[in-house]
Amino acid sequence: MTAHDVLESALRDAAAALPTGPAPALDVEAAEAASLIDVAYARHDTPVGSLVLAATPRGLVRVAYTDDEAGVEATLAALSRDLSPRVLDAPRRLDAARRELDEYFAGRRDRFELALDWRLTRGFARRILRSTARIPYGSVSSYAQVATAAGSPRGSRAAGNALGANPLPIVVPCHRVLHSGGGLGGYTGGLERKLILLGIESAMPGGAPTRA
Amino acid sequence: MDLPPFQALLDAQGRDVHRFLVAIVGPSDAEDCYQETWLAALKAYPRLHDAANLRAWILTVAHRKAIDHVRARNRRPTPVAELPDAAIPAVEPDGVPEIWTHVRALPAKQRTAIALRTVADLAYPDIARVMGTSEEAARRSVHEALKRLRTEVSR
Repeated sequence: MTAHDVLESALRDAAAALPTGPAPALDVEAAEAASLIDVAYARHDTPVGSLVLAATPRGLVRVAYTDDEAGVEATLAALSRDLSPRVLDAPRRLDAARRELDEYFAGRRDRFELALDWRLTRGFARRILRSTARIPYGSVSSYAQVATAAGSPRGSRAAGNALGANPLPIVVPCHRVLHSGGGLGGYTGGLERKLILLGIESAMPGGAPTRA
Repeated sequence: MDLPPFQALLDAQGRDVHRFLVAIVGPSDAEDCYQETWLAALKAYPRLHDAANLRAWILTVAHRKAIDHVRARNRRPTPVAELPDAAIPAVEPDGVPEIWTHVRALPAKQRTAIALRTVADLAYPDIARVMGTSEEAARRSVHEALKRLRTEVSR
C-alpha cells in the first residue's frame, strides 16, 4: 500500500465516525409552503388493517390496504408513476382523513366529508364509483343497480371490475355493493374486510341486507 | 425507468448526504445545507429524465448547495467569537473527528473530491460527474488532497 492508500483508508475510517444516526428530518412545512408536495401520504392503522392514505392538493386520492412493507412500497411506486414522483411522507396533510376514518370505525360517522381527487379513475369506472359514493351508510346496492345508475344497465360485470379497482375503498363505499342474489360479491381488500365494514354499518342485521 | 417516490430517495440517501455535508461544510452549517439540498432536489425531481444514478444526482445537488453556502458565509461578516483567519472552528463540536477540520481547510475542489471518495464512497466516474469535471481531474483532486493532508496530519 502506498502512503496515499493508507491515508485514504484512514479517512474512510474517519468518515465512519461522522454522524451515523438518522439524517435530519426534511422540513416538510417548507416543502409544503413551496407547493412542492404533489402527493402527501400517511400510514394509518384501522380495524381492517394498515392503510396508506394519500392526498394531492385537490383532495384524498388513494386509500390502499397494505398488508406488508412490500404493499406499501408498491402503493407508493404506483402513486409516483401515475401522479407525480414528488411523493412525501407528510401525515399532517392526511389529518382530516385519519380523523374521519377513526370516527367511522368508532361508529360515530356515517358519511365522509373529505374532498376527493378522482384522478386515478376514468370513464365508465369513474361513473360507477361516483354512483357508488351515493349509496347511503347502512344500505347496500347491487352491481346491476350501480351499472344502471352509471348509464349502462347491462354493465354489471364491468361495474364489478371498476369496483374491484376502486382507488378509494371505505370512503367510496364499494363494500356496499353486493350480488343481486344476495351473495357478497368480491372486494378489493378481501371478503373478510367487506364483512367487517358491513358489520360496522350494521347493514346486514341478521344477515338480511336492506336494499337501497 | 420510473423515478422512485421521492420519499424512497430521501430514505435511501438522506444519511449519506448529511454525512457528506458535515464533512465539507461542518456540522453547524450542514443542517441548513441539508434542507436546501432536499428542497432543491424536490423541486427539480419531476423533470429528471435519468433515474439510473440518483445517488450521484443528489450528491451533485448537495455539492452545489455547499458551494452556495460557503460563498454566502464568506460574504457575511465573521462572527466575533470565531478565530480571525478561519471559518473553521479549532475544536469540533458533536465529536466530529479532527481530521475533518483539515479536510475542510483544503481548497474546495480537493475537499469535495476527497469527501465524495471517502464519505460517499463514489467511484471516480461518479465523482467527476458530481463535480462536473473529467475523471482525470477528479483523480488529480483526490491525489492532491491526500498529498496535502499527509503534510498537515504529520505536522
